[in-house]
Amino acid sequence: MITRLLLAMPFLTVAVLLLLALGALLFKRNLIKMLMGLSLMESAVNLFLVAIGYRQDGIAPIFTNAPQTLMVLPTVQALTLTAIVIGVATSAMMLSFAMVIYKKYGTVDVRNIRKLNG
Amino acid sequence: MNMTKIVRTTADLFYPFCLVFGLYVVLHGHLTPGGGFQGGAVMATGAALLLVSRRYADIIQSLRQNTMKLCEAVGLLMFITAGLAGLFAGGAFLHNRLAGAGGLFGEPVAFGANPGVLNTAGLIPLLNIAVGIEVLGGLTVILLYMLSGLKESEP
Amino acid sequence: MRTALFTAILLVLLAGFLQIAVGLPFGKPARTDMDDYFLAHAQDQAAANNVVTSVVFDFRGFDTLGEATVLFTAVLGVGMMFRKLKPGEEYEHD
Repeated sequence: MITRLLLAMPFLTVAVLLLLALGALLFKRNLIKMLMGLSLMESAVNLFLVAIGYRQDGIAPIFTNAPQTLMVLPTVQALTLTAIVIGVATSAMMLSFAMVIYKKYGTVDVRNIRKLNG
Repeated sequence: MNMTKIVRTTADLFYPFCLVFGLYVVLHGHLTPGGGFQGGAVMATGAALLLVSRRYADIIQSLRQNTMKLCEAVGLLMFITAGLAGLFAGGAFLHNRLAGAGGLFGEPVAFGANPGVLNTAGLIPLLNIAVGIEVLGGLTVILLYMLSGLKESEP
Repeated sequence: MRTALFTAILLVLLAGFLQIAVGLPFGKPARTDMDDYFLAHAQDQAAANNVVTSVVFDFRGFDTLGEATVLFTAVLGVGMMFRKLKPGEEYEHD
């Protein structure tokens, strides 16, 4: 029982990180703190992707001076690379939105930013 | 914001090493862990080092925004051109025709563990260089735009 | 009221995630057909030692073109946010 719980440690970490990030998104009022929660959620999903592709006693999938032939799955790591770059792009855009909102409204409290025109 | 003279001098001494290491990670992307995106991020760290230690008005004369925008556009255009070259020379878009065919980047690789040879892997080093230039330009342009929006950077 | 509702949702999600996390096998992936093909043929078809780079740029190079475009579009969006306003123009259009 304890062994099975310890073996599933990466997935337990992913679950805890996801729930903490979701809590930060739901319970916080400051825009910057909500963006921190979103970035934490992206990191948790990247960890989940890399942990899915692990083979027992495998090494990194690179053939240069490789000591053995059993390797972990390479496709999932390619997916994670793309996900990290897209996370950087969305974080940059959201932070610049927050800067312009502060310039216009003078506050970053989401309860006061409610004027929608059009 | 302007930091002390020690910090500015250390940043001036240190950013060429960041650029060289980033270029190494980009160029050896087909032999060791790394590649275009990782090496481009390391190179943008060198530029960020310069931006942190100086005021915006001092750094905008040497690290121009138009140069970095040109870098980014040239990187993406190089990627698309390399793909179209594969299309026009027979085969599909982004077809790796130079792999194992002799000539530039064309040596074949035997199966199994081996010390890596730089001259292998066809179209992959060219795509790595294109993406590295694009990521360097893109991340530096984002940093410069965000710094220009601060209150102390307005003239 | 809202706090209690959100806390209830988070607790239900906690139970679900823990059930899944203990149930997934770690170290024995279920199906590895595509990855075995990539590991066996990367040095022969893409002539590269790094299998991850050959997957990103050769076997699935079209996705990397899309990702480079996403990065370009993000820089475009940030540049649009920080343009210099003309005199007499403010941030809100009425």
